[in-house]
Amino acid sequence: MIEIKNLVRKFGDKYALDDISFTINKGEIVGFLGPNGAGKSTTMNIVTGYLAPTAGSVLVDGVDVFENPIAVKKKIGFLPEQPPLYIDMTVWEYLSFVFDLKCCTFNKKAHLGEICELVKIDDVKNRLIKNLSKGYKQRVGIAGAIIGNPEIIIFDEPTVGLDPKQIIEVRNLLRSLGKNHTVILSTHILSEVQAICDRIIIINDGKLVADEKTSKLNQQLGQNNRFRVKIAGPSKEVINLLKSIHSVTRVTQDGVRDGDAFNFIIEYSGAVDIRKMMFRALADKGWPILAMEGVEITLEDLFIQLTNKEGDKQ
Amino acid sequence: MFAIFKKDIKSYFTTATGYIFLAVSLVLSGFLFSINTVMASTPTSNTSGYFSIILFMVMIFLPILTMRSFSEERRSKTDQLLFTSPVSTISLVMGKFFSAFVMFLIYLALSCLNFIPLYIFKADGASPPNMALIIGNLFALVLVGMAFIAIGIFISSLTENMFASALITMAVLFGFLMIDGFNGLLGSSKLYVVRFILSWFSVLSRYSAFANGYFDVSALVYYISISALFIFLTERVFKARRLA
Repeated sequence: MIEIKNLVRKFGDKYALDDISFTINKGEIVGFLGPNGAGKSTTMNIVTGYLAPTAGSVLVDGVDVFENPIAVKKKIGFLPEQPPLYIDMTVWEYLSFVFDLKCCTFNKKAHLGEICELVKIDDVKNRLIKNLSKGYKQRVGIAGAIIGNPEIIIFDEPTVGLDPKQIIEVRNLLRSLGKNHTVILSTHILSEVQAICDRIIIINDGKLVADEKTSKLNQQLGQNNRFRVKIAGPSKEVINLLKSIHSVTRVTQDGVRDGDAFNFIIEYSGAVDIRKMMFRALADKGWPILAMEGVEITLEDLFIQLTNKEGDKQ
Repeated sequence: MFAIFKKDIKSYFTTATGYIFLAVSLVLSGFLFSINTVMASTPTSNTSGYFSIILFMVMIFLPILTMRSFSEERRSKTDQLLFTSPVSTISLVMGKFFSAFVMFLIYLALSCLNFIPLYIFKADGASPPNMALIIGNLFALVLVGMAFIAIGIFISSLTENMFASALITMAVLFGFLMIDGFNGLLGSSKLYVVRFILSWFSVLSRYSAFANGYFDVSALVYYISISALFIFLTERVFKARRLA
């Protein structure tokens, strides 16, 4: 459905995108993942026709965005990083402007009514946008993007700045939109794409780092486990003991001291659960475990892992 | 195009811009009208003095209309909505242009109320106002306004600061009005080419034919081409920005 071929975009001398290619199929929910400044927004702005690429092409259903922008833009609903809202309008005025702007042919009142209900802004539709909370503004932006029922929906960081309850609501909304639309969303939160997307595309520094099914990536991530453990005991000796446990790859101490106890981060690989072994080894020495918790893999860890793997192949 | 036109006309009246424009322009022209005609030291129904000043006033208050046009869209990032919607850039520019133009026409229509006293004045036995001169001048103002709005919109596409947009527009319009004065300075010098080019760009020399009640086709073509040129340049600005 969307074919991105050898996309390059320069801002001045700096490469924001450096030869990126991928294809997105109809009906997929694709997460576009990368740290700030990786090139996520640039890619989305190019696909939606807001920016032109320095080189390469974007085809939507075989039509080039730059040869026939209007035909392509008709198929795409776009929510930029900052929702493009006219704050002096009421919600309804805004939506009806977007409706007119997109030259939709549906019954206006019914269509907008449906959308208001879907994104739950029915109760604020007569209020001025400038008086709405951030969460509501975001939803109005989402409503604007899905007006006209476009086949492709592109959301740039839709959950940034929302409170946890709103984040869950937006995620649920995205999931339900994904049933009838092709959805691309960008984020720098790993757990967000794991929760919503079928497929994850990771970019960093303008380059494609990974393009995998979410389930497959989850498996890979599962191979490397981590704990944060609080142990009361002499730190150097504890580290040596922990390192001697089978399949532990790395032990680091994370600064904070609590009485005679320290926090240690233990990384291990393989399918064996080391917790029991660790408990016995520490109990023999008489160093009690005060707390233990799993540490979630962060985006940075993922990058290190993925880029290391690339290095191994070479 | 119609969607953006409608939105902009509405926003002139939901934000203060439209009211400020109409208030400033109508108060100024009412004031200038009265001191040049009925309240002049020797009261007269001759409107040519009024019209020659109002041309300069247009330079000051038209930028109020165009200053927000594209600069505000860019500042509030709503340009991302406009440029990712299935409409051509040129129709967005045209929508903005016509909304400002219609506001200007509303001002001109309301300012015609100024002429009513001339007819009351006439009842006192003075000479009647010259209708051809009034109509000619109004028509010329419509054309000048059209060209100035196109220039103002072009400048608003270059900056995201609406005050910069207004000030630069005023400066550029002032430059356009000054070309004639500069040309006069050259007087009878032998720089024929320069004088020819300057007189072609001169807004004032074109204006004078209408002001005297003649219909000047070349002036009509001139003002329409200046407007078209700047609308085209505005579209180019956005094309270029996409690549920048």
